[in-house]
Amino acid sequence: MTSGAIDPSFASAPAAPAAPPSRLRRRQWLATLAVALKLTRTRIGLVIVTVIVLIAILGPLFAPHSPTAFVGIPNSGPSSHALFGTDQLGRDVWSRFLHGGISVIWLAVASTAVGIVLGLIVGLAAAYAGGAVDETLMRICDVFLAFPPIVFALLLISAFGPNLLLLVLTVGISHAPRVARVMRGAALQVVERDFVKAAEAVGESRWRILFGELLPNVTSPLLVEIGLRLTYSIAIVAGLSFLGFGLQPPHADWGLMINENRLAIAVQPWGVLLPVLAIALLTVGTNLITDGIARAAIGLDRGDS
Amino acid sequence: MSTQLASAPSPVQVHNLRIVLVGSRADIVDEIVIDISPGEVLGLVGESGSGKTTVGMALLGYTRRGGVVDGGEVLIEGANLAELRDAQLRKIRGGVISYIPQDPGTALNPALRIGTQLSEMLEAHAGLSEADREARISETLSEVALPSDRDFLRRYPHQLSGGQQQRVAIAMAFASRPHVIVCDEPTTGLDVTTQARVLETVKDLCRSHRVAALYVSHDLAVVAELADRVAVMYAGRIVESGTRDQLFSAPRHPYTQRLLRAVPDLAGKRAVVGIPGRAPQPGHRPSGCFFEPRCTLAEERCGQEFPPVSDLGSGHAVRCYRAADTAAKAGVTDGAAAAPAIDIGEAVLTVHELNARHGSNQVLFDVNLTVARHECLALVGESGSGKTTLARCVAGLHKNYTGQVSLAGTVLAPSARGRTSDARRQIQYVFQNPYASLNPRRTVGQTIARQLELFFPGGRRDIGTRVAACLERVSLPDTAINRFPDQLSGGERQRVAIARALAAEPAVLVCDEITSALDVSVQAAIIDLLRDLRQEVGLSILFITHNLALIRTIADRVCVMTGGRIVETGATETVFESPSADYTRQLLANTPSIEAALGEVAVAGAGSGSGSGSGSGSGE
Repeated sequence: MTSGAIDPSFASAPAAPAAPPSRLRRRQWLATLAVALKLTRTRIGLVIVTVIVLIAILGPLFAPHSPTAFVGIPNSGPSSHALFGTDQLGRDVWSRFLHGGISVIWLAVASTAVGIVLGLIVGLAAAYAGGAVDETLMRICDVFLAFPPIVFALLLISAFGPNLLLLVLTVGISHAPRVARVMRGAALQVVERDFVKAAEAVGESRWRILFGELLPNVTSPLLVEIGLRLTYSIAIVAGLSFLGFGLQPPHADWGLMINENRLAIAVQPWGVLLPVLAIALLTVGTNLITDGIARAAIGLDRGDS
Repeated sequence: MSTQLASAPSPVQVHNLRIVLVGSRADIVDEIVIDISPGEVLGLVGESGSGKTTVGMALLGYTRRGGVVDGGEVLIEGANLAELRDAQLRKIRGGVISYIPQDPGTALNPALRIGTQLSEMLEAHAGLSEADREARISETLSEVALPSDRDFLRRYPHQLSGGQQQRVAIAMAFASRPHVIVCDEPTTGLDVTTQARVLETVKDLCRSHRVAALYVSHDLAVVAELADRVAVMYAGRIVESGTRDQLFSAPRHPYTQRLLRAVPDLAGKRAVVGIPGRAPQPGHRPSGCFFEPRCTLAEERCGQEFPPVSDLGSGHAVRCYRAADTAAKAGVTDGAAAAPAIDIGEAVLTVHELNARHGSNQVLFDVNLTVARHECLALVGESGSGKTTLARCVAGLHKNYTGQVSLAGTVLAPSARGRTSDARRQIQYVFQNPYASLNPRRTVGQTIARQLELFFPGGRRDIGTRVAACLERVSLPDTAINRFPDQLSGGERQRVAIARALAAEPAVLVCDEITSALDVSVQAAIIDLLRDLRQEVGLSILFITHNLALIRTIADRVCVMTGGRIVETGATETVFESPSADYTRQLLANTPSIEAALGEVAVAGAGSGSGSGSGSGSGE
């Protein structure tokens, strides 16, 4: 008599296990992160991201030259004077690389924040309101979703000119519909629960129901969504800088650097290689972390841990 | 514990079965001995977590995920299931032994027609020709009182009602003419009227085909109506077994006795009494008798070793050291209490000409009712009768209605948001399912504190003591403050939900089926609590339920609802003893009752005489 694969819905009320009240149980997102941290992929991702972020933040302190100083012959190879050679104007590639990360990161983080906040509000509101409101909000999202994010950003920026605030807003807005969809889906299962009705019956405000009752129950998908959107933001922000819609020359910026140095790639590959590697590693790192969180969240939902 | 009626070996023999958790090796069930003769129905009774479903599954050669058989054997017609190959097991399942699931909605394949499913089943097991299969299908369907025409066979499960689905599942179980059937609470999701018909069908089929049946259930009244013998499970052990009459008229295990006292009965005017405490979980079971911590008769040796089986003769066996002393206490002897006599004041809640709709579907028709101050009004109806919609209209959670809901003479707005804060405070709603009505991410303390902040702003400083006082009122310790709902049992959660409602100091408490998700011993404790609270706090209660038996001891008046209309309103006694509406009579007749089943009380639609009630279930 081996254990068969039958999984009948034992409808007898689940006997509450005497779970030890640990501090991590207090908030689900903390529990999710704690489990995620035990996964190798999350740790690798964390190490990569930490290294890149440290380079971006601390880099300017260690840069041997000013990012805008001319230190040698344009497109010269690595030398004792310029570790990774010079760019097409004769500026130090290594110094420009060390200065150029912070803008990519903060633009990506800011636009992710905009996208998450907007998407969260729209998604939760749609799930809670239901009916025509839900329908309208989701159809508006569909319209936005019809544009690829980069095309959407190009459209707005070419209309209003390059402007960092606009860049953050457009990238954020292009994320919002996707976030809204996911959060609505997660919240739909929660709004049906009686505790939401109970909150209505005692007259809790709509705002409080969204953020006091619903939000704490959808933190796992939210965490995953934050990680995922951050990854996309890095790519889009770097891409827009590459196209010249982000920071303007002579500022140092990884995306911009790739564009500036791509013509001389055969002669002096470092000007392209360094920022490309950094951006690639950063997205791989955030993606690994997100993947770990997603796995942890699924495990928690299944009760595996 | 076997009573061999036939000389042939029993089709079901379980010897000392032990099933443990895979990791910790903690026992889920242990020392299970079962023997069922052909044509006999064994009722396996227990509360949630007692292991009754695990035993039922073991008969089919299954263990729940995470469980593994650690000892003992299950013999089905002499074949040891543990020694069979998978192919042989599959042959036995559905052929020799079949299964009636609890929820036919998930057991039937939604994508296949009824006829296809029945036919597939016979093809796999009965080895009949196609013509014979068709004959067998129509024969079985008529046995379960379903049509067997082509039109019916071409239907999909979703085109049938819950009762019809369950009868299809029963037909599937019986079609291959099995010798053994395991029924896992097949009537739990059904209305009493449907339940009565389904039970009758199962009973007849078991008798006429001489099937040995194991009927797993938490509902003692259902088992009393159906079973020949009964085994009571507690924390993974069978603590008492015997014939139906022995068990219900002269129970000897203290747990069985307490359990019977917790069951509300139509005929009984006694108060139901809960069992304090909680059954120990696998891995946390004490070394002695598992019931010892909750037992009032416990003595020293009870805490040292689990009592052996003591045979009381004629098939009655019990596992209790004090079995000799429990005979005197058999049955229910005390607590013959009707609803507490309280002065009933003027109307506090009035519902006038209420017509409510769900979309284009009208679910309430011209409903009128009043709840007086300090009164407990029970609203009884089967599923779909509109009783929950009515409750939600009252609480402002269903706004699509015409008519008036007024509180102390003031007409209320349809939606809770449109009402004044005071109106919202005065009407408090307790939900059916405590597993869903508490936010899983908030501690008990946070949940109740929020209620206090909402209705009694200011005074943040002593909020801790006020929360503790609220918990105290529902008999929860203040250590519960920092617990999350999933750390509490179902009964404790429902207490928290009640504490939350009472924190608002309401005038009217709307209780929507608040005990239907709970075990009987817990249900009894909750009912007890409500009775006490009524006296202490002076509450008016609108008590909504499908369980007629439950309200006899708590309600002052009863409204009976069906199809969105109130068909009868009257004092509880009157409705029970001389119901005026046909529907009420039918409801009373169909409600399973231990006493009626034992034949102590005349089974009559009109209920029973008032005198025969309070002795209930005892053998005096």
